[in-house]
Amino acid sequence: MTIDYRKIGLKVGLECHQQLATREKLFCGCRPELFKGEPEITFLRRLRPTQSELGQIDPAAYFEFQKGVKILYEADTKTSCLVEMDEEPPHDLNREALEIALMVALMMGAKPVDEIHVMRKIVIDGSNTTGFQRTCVVALNGSITVDGKEIPIEHVSLEEDAARKVGEEGLVIRYRIDRLGIPLIEVATGPVISSPEEAEKVALAIGKIFRATKRVRRGIGTIRQDLNISIKDGALIEIKGVQELELISKVVEYEVQRQLNLLKIRDEVRRRGLREEDLREEFVDVTLLFKETQCRVLRRSIERGDIVLAVKLPKFAGLLGFELTPGLRFGGELSDRAKFWGRVSGILHSDELKSYGVTDEEIAELKRVMGALEEDAIVLVAGKADNARDALKAVVERAREALRGVPEETRAANPDGTTRYMRPRPGAARMYPETDIPPIKVTKDLLEKIKMQLPKSPEEKVREIMKVYGINEKLARQLLDTEYDELFETIVRETRVAPTVVATILTETLKALKRDGFNISVLTDEQIIETFRLVDRGITTKEAIPEILKWLCKHEGANPADVIKELGLTMISEEDLQRIIDEYIEKNKSLILERGLSALGTLMGLIMKDLRGRVKPETVNRILKEKISGKITIK
Amino acid sequence: MDERLPGYKGLALKLLLDAGAEIGDLVRIIKDDVVLEGILIPRSEYGDERHITIKIRSGYNIGVEVTPSTRIERVSPETKPAFIPPQPPEQKPGLPKVSILGTGGTIASRVDYRTGAVRPVMSASELYSIVPELADIAVIETEMLFNILSEDMTPKYWSIMAEAVARHIRSGVQGVVIAHGTDTMGYSAAALSFALQNLPVPVILVGAQRSGDRPSSDAALNLIGAVTAASRAPFAEVSVAMHETTSDESIILHRGTKVRKCHTSRRDAFKTINATPLARVIGDKIFMLTDEYRPRDSNRELILKPNFDERAALIKFYPGIRPELIDWLVSGGYRGIVLEGTGLGHVCRECFPAIKRAIDRGVVIAMASQCIWGRVNMNVYSTGRDLLAMGVVPLGDMLPETALVKMMWCLAQTSDPEEVKRLLLTNVAGEISQRTVEYIEPPKTVVGRADGN
Repeated sequence: MTIDYRKIGLKVGLECHQQLATREKLFCGCRPELFKGEPEITFLRRLRPTQSELGQIDPAAYFEFQKGVKILYEADTKTSCLVEMDEEPPHDLNREALEIALMVALMMGAKPVDEIHVMRKIVIDGSNTTGFQRTCVVALNGSITVDGKEIPIEHVSLEEDAARKVGEEGLVIRYRIDRLGIPLIEVATGPVISSPEEAEKVALAIGKIFRATKRVRRGIGTIRQDLNISIKDGALIEIKGVQELELISKVVEYEVQRQLNLLKIRDEVRRRGLREEDLREEFVDVTLLFKETQCRVLRRSIERGDIVLAVKLPKFAGLLGFELTPGLRFGGELSDRAKFWGRVSGILHSDELKSYGVTDEEIAELKRVMGALEEDAIVLVAGKADNARDALKAVVERAREALRGVPEETRAANPDGTTRYMRPRPGAARMYPETDIPPIKVTKDLLEKIKMQLPKSPEEKVREIMKVYGINEKLARQLLDTEYDELFETIVRETRVAPTVVATILTETLKALKRDGFNISVLTDEQIIETFRLVDRGITTKEAIPEILKWLCKHEGANPADVIKELGLTMISEEDLQRIIDEYIEKNKSLILERGLSALGTLMGLIMKDLRGRVKPETVNRILKEKISGKITIK
Repeated sequence: MDERLPGYKGLALKLLLDAGAEIGDLVRIIKDDVVLEGILIPRSEYGDERHITIKIRSGYNIGVEVTPSTRIERVSPETKPAFIPPQPPEQKPGLPKVSILGTGGTIASRVDYRTGAVRPVMSASELYSIVPELADIAVIETEMLFNILSEDMTPKYWSIMAEAVARHIRSGVQGVVIAHGTDTMGYSAAALSFALQNLPVPVILVGAQRSGDRPSSDAALNLIGAVTAASRAPFAEVSVAMHETTSDESIILHRGTKVRKCHTSRRDAFKTINATPLARVIGDKIFMLTDEYRPRDSNRELILKPNFDERAALIKFYPGIRPELIDWLVSGGYRGIVLEGTGLGHVCRECFPAIKRAIDRGVVIAMASQCIWGRVNMNVYSTGRDLLAMGVVPLGDMLPETALVKMMWCLAQTSDPEEVKRLLLTNVAGEISQRTVEYIEPPKTVVGRADGN
């Protein structure tokens, strides 16, 4: 299905978040690092929803609180202190982080604010021990140009990263607070992006500017994109936490598909004459009906003492199995809501009961009990009575929303580009001043100092690399895209390996390895540099590099010099080569006698096939030429 | 400074007045090539004269520098957010009656989300709406006594509090809760312990280390613990209810004369010193941690002794202290001095003549230890023996802060220095004990015996 994104009124805005490579966290002196292993400290907290200025409480948050959700925080003493534990007020805003954020702002032509005010943004899912995220705008109204189109940058902000969720057991959610407080820069674009590909290109362009500062963290999880996506007649959907750049266009594509399909469902139920009041919270306990069932899911629940509760969704027959995006059916949307509000493991619905081993007789009886007609659907949940009721209430509410089209919500990205329900969209952004931190003046002196340090823009850098190292534009761009430009310059400076060779290995070879399933993220800069040094010293050849890198990918932390021995990729000495070539000549005597010097190409091919990576082709060529000429002369 | 434009002064104030702008208005600031729009926000009293704070559309606040050529336009007047107080939960008849008295501080405040300013919350319905769980514990009546920061507390306020508590107890409540700033809550707890004698029901002081506008505030749990104890605890004493640990799990009740704020910012800043805490509240259960307490008895007649004589001082001894300090207090009419001595209760010999002169003038001088933990013993070293011989009163295991409060209270009970000395050494409210035992931390899961349920 090709979609005319312009016609459907696609509007995408991006919020790109990038961790900064500072020495300390944003509001305390802790190391901005994560810890592995067992926590040294654990503590239990509850976050209480507070009223907004309108006296309203975020319903999802209040619901969670009432259910008794607790948060178990895990910490160690190297990566967190009392500040992250919310047991000590924040220290001053990290100046180093502020300078990096201002640098990014200036690179995007944004205007720094005169005075920075740190705000508290209420977030009570537990990811912040305080119940709010500290955040501040450092600059407004910039723009970047992507493929000739001007993309407005609404604001550049500096904020603290959140704690990371590491588990959930019943009502206890576990978070690690090591990540909490790591400085993050947030760049928000205007909602002007009009295609999935453009969204990806804009994110790439913003990422390049981040990295051009050379003061951002690298690796998995250090950059995250949130997407705000809407289409005409659809809704504004916020999708959180897209970590892979390559996923962005897919996420947009799928979200558009999802919204278009939800609109189809809306049209269909309207066509069927469904009215909102037909969807009633009338739940029937059907546990007894499934007492003897062969359906394993239901049987196991009933054995555990759960009840099975059913609700009729009039006129929804066939729609619950309707696929919205690959792997997500409309029933899945109902299920997500049931899980969130009812803490049940999922739902079963009449479009799929049979595949779960429910017999025709049981289905017929269920329909009879529920008074369901041919065009009605039935949803079942199993769980504790309270949970089951909450789950079905949420299912009915979601079904009502289907009649209106696309519900506004916050969704989370899955690794395959599809999304799942996260929570209702929070009301008007609830921010109030962080009174523990006085406003910070952005002085002219500070701005002048940063202007002096402004790095070259990615475009300038491409031209510089082309000119200085004599490599072509394609390679130069790839170097910047893959962020290997700095490593490239180091290698070229430290070895005599030709720049084009270095650039090709760092871009095309690594890309090929990744494509073939090698985990190139384990390669360290030092390993790559060392590999080139070995080539430089004549210990191995450039032809051997791909093999060495493959081995390094498979053996995390290995030493390139050892790899060469392990793989037998050591250079063959000229003496040995002389001997080996003699053997080849002996074996192919007749060929040489017959064809003279023109046999060289064939022999060359044979030898290089066996010795690739251990000899330089030009050496083999030279020796062969000498020897063959000798043979011919003797004759 | 203009009342309608708090925090603004100088050029910024002039520009805003010229534009006729007020806090909460949507304003447009035009300077050079920049045009910014936002809601006008008050500034901190220490802000400078050259910036205006606005809340921009995204919800962020920013400060905008103004120059004489900056133009400000008032775009539209304030749209007052309609505050809809949530429905207070239903009162459940048959529950114990508890009075909550407000004095100010972090515990009973809510934030103005627009400006960040904090204001007190003191009607019962407002309190219920913030902590609806209270409605399941007790029928609550509230009274706002005053609204001050706890560092501004004085002995006069202790008297006002004591009188108010007595009034509420005599009206027949099952317990009284006092919401108090944490900085001097320990002093107030000691003061009420002496002023309210022969208590029939518990009096619980409660504070918060994190303000109530924060989702992570300890205020709600502390308040729930305090109201639980006030309504059902088996003891009738003045105590302080605060978090026991950094976790939101248990509230610990400290005896009013033995409690001290020992950390600047932690939730579990309050500790019982030289004794075992009274009780622990987990959920709706109360677990007693000691058998030594005055049991609740509604028929017992409260004795109110609310007066304090402020002519008493607490001096912390330090190497190099000048004895003139003591002389100065004596000449200033002070009637009692608590010395916070080193170790077992010592001060340097250079101070001896001044101490002697003070005692000769009828000033009561008593000794507590700056070690905080442990009791003074002035028989061990000659310095102590000499001070005792001069007539310095050794206060055993009494906390220095409690000792000061008790000195003020004793001085208000009698004008006879000998009687003051006798009273100082008489245990009035658990402030002084003859025995200190090794404190055994009760296991976190198996706690005391449940009582009062």
